[in-house]
Amino acid sequence: MLDVWNGLAAAFWLVVRLDPDLIEITLRSLQVTLTALVIASLIALPLAALLAVRRFRWRRAVIAVLNALMGLPPVVVGLVVYILLSRSGPFGVFGLLFTPTAMIIAQVIIIVPLIASIAHQSLRELWTDYHDLLISLNVTQRQKMQTLLWDARRALLTAALAGFGRAIGEVGAIMIVGGNIDHVTRVLTTAIALETGRGDFALALGLGFVLIALAVTVNLVIHGLGRTEREGRW
Amino acid sequence: MSALLPLTVTGAEARRRGKTLVGPVDLTMDGPGTTVVIGPNGSGKTTLLSLLHGTARLSRGTITWNCPLEQARAAQAFVFQRPVMLRRNVRDNIAYPLQLRGTRRPEARAQADQWAERIGLGDMLDRSAGALSGGEQQKLALARALILKPELLFLDEPCAALDGRSMREIETILANAKAEGTKLVLATHDMGQARRMADDVLFLLHGRVHEARPAPEFFAGPDTAEARAFLKGDIVE
Repeated sequence: MLDVWNGLAAAFWLVVRLDPDLIEITLRSLQVTLTALVIASLIALPLAALLAVRRFRWRRAVIAVLNALMGLPPVVVGLVVYILLSRSGPFGVFGLLFTPTAMIIAQVIIIVPLIASIAHQSLRELWTDYHDLLISLNVTQRQKMQTLLWDARRALLTAALAGFGRAIGEVGAIMIVGGNIDHVTRVLTTAIALETGRGDFALALGLGFVLIALAVTVNLVIHGLGRTEREGRW
Repeated sequence: MSALLPLTVTGAEARRRGKTLVGPVDLTMDGPGTTVVIGPNGSGKTTLLSLLHGTARLSRGTITWNCPLEQARAAQAFVFQRPVMLRRNVRDNIAYPLQLRGTRRPEARAQADQWAERIGLGDMLDRSAGALSGGEQQKLALARALILKPELLFLDEPCAALDGRSMREIETILANAKAEGTKLVLATHDMGQARRMADDVLFLLHGRVHEARPAPEFFAGPDTAEARAFLKGDIVE
């Protein structure tokens, strides 16, 4: 129990002192994960809409694969991205390994299936509601997707937040492709893993509480901006 | 004025899984006024309307408009038995079809406001459509269909779940649309409504047109025994 209190105290002091290292790795965590979230959403949401409105031969297979990939092991993703980006790999010339960009790539791969699957679920329901009207109005494929994405935007926010949650707390992949290099690729989760390994439980716990607070804050801010859970709105 | 009509249907059939839902149907539709489609449940009223509108697949036969199909589709609208409400407010629901056709948002919204006023939803513009009552939703659906000024409007039992007052309001809106030259094709269960609205009657039975005549003649005395029984309120199978 004492460790937990020490961790809380450590977290408190880290925040109160505005510890420069803490600020740096927190901002890097945010930068990496939010960038990954934006890119992943730009891929996953249109994909989900397309899967909802378009009937093609491999549709069911694609959906099943996406659902299965929700549980993609981050370590494996990290390993694959590592191999692809390493000097001898096909993308080695870009010199991306052990940079924040590599971490973003890994996180995008991890959360695209998650966001797409959750989004597809709600878009499919909305499509069954809208189907008759939109067919009657002769809308184009593109207009269908636009309408669904716009009218389901609050459900899609939930999908995006789930992706954010998975990415911000993820350590396996970014540890491998980022390397946890101080002042370059160290983020909250990799720092926690490092401090735990070094036996500094108070600092590790402190960082952990900061991480949780960060995740909660971002969720509240996004909900606030999206004005969800207000009366008379969807 | 109509570039859309006459509509010619020859040997039209709709089949699903080997079962014939509608057809073969031969008919021509022309001139203004209201064609009322009546018949027992399962006689194919909804499928026939969807076939004509182009949203149900035609298994056999042809449906020919007086203009290219694309133009014909653009000149029609459809109102469903259970109105489909977009998850938007009343104004944006009514403006939606205009925006699809490229009308700019402020202009579309201004027109939607006028329509909402005309159908009596003028003070609910910012309410979300899902929160409206059944009658209000159906009136919204009507305004959304009429805002494109269709030459032809299909209505599939639009008043099936509504009380008398809502029905009267909707019939008033329909009468206005008709006066402005919109041809109406109305499927209904309500014989009172059929008598009030009809200029022509299509009596469907087992997926076929059993009797098609001008309304006064039909209601004065149908040719066929089944139609007579149906009008009397007997159960026709």
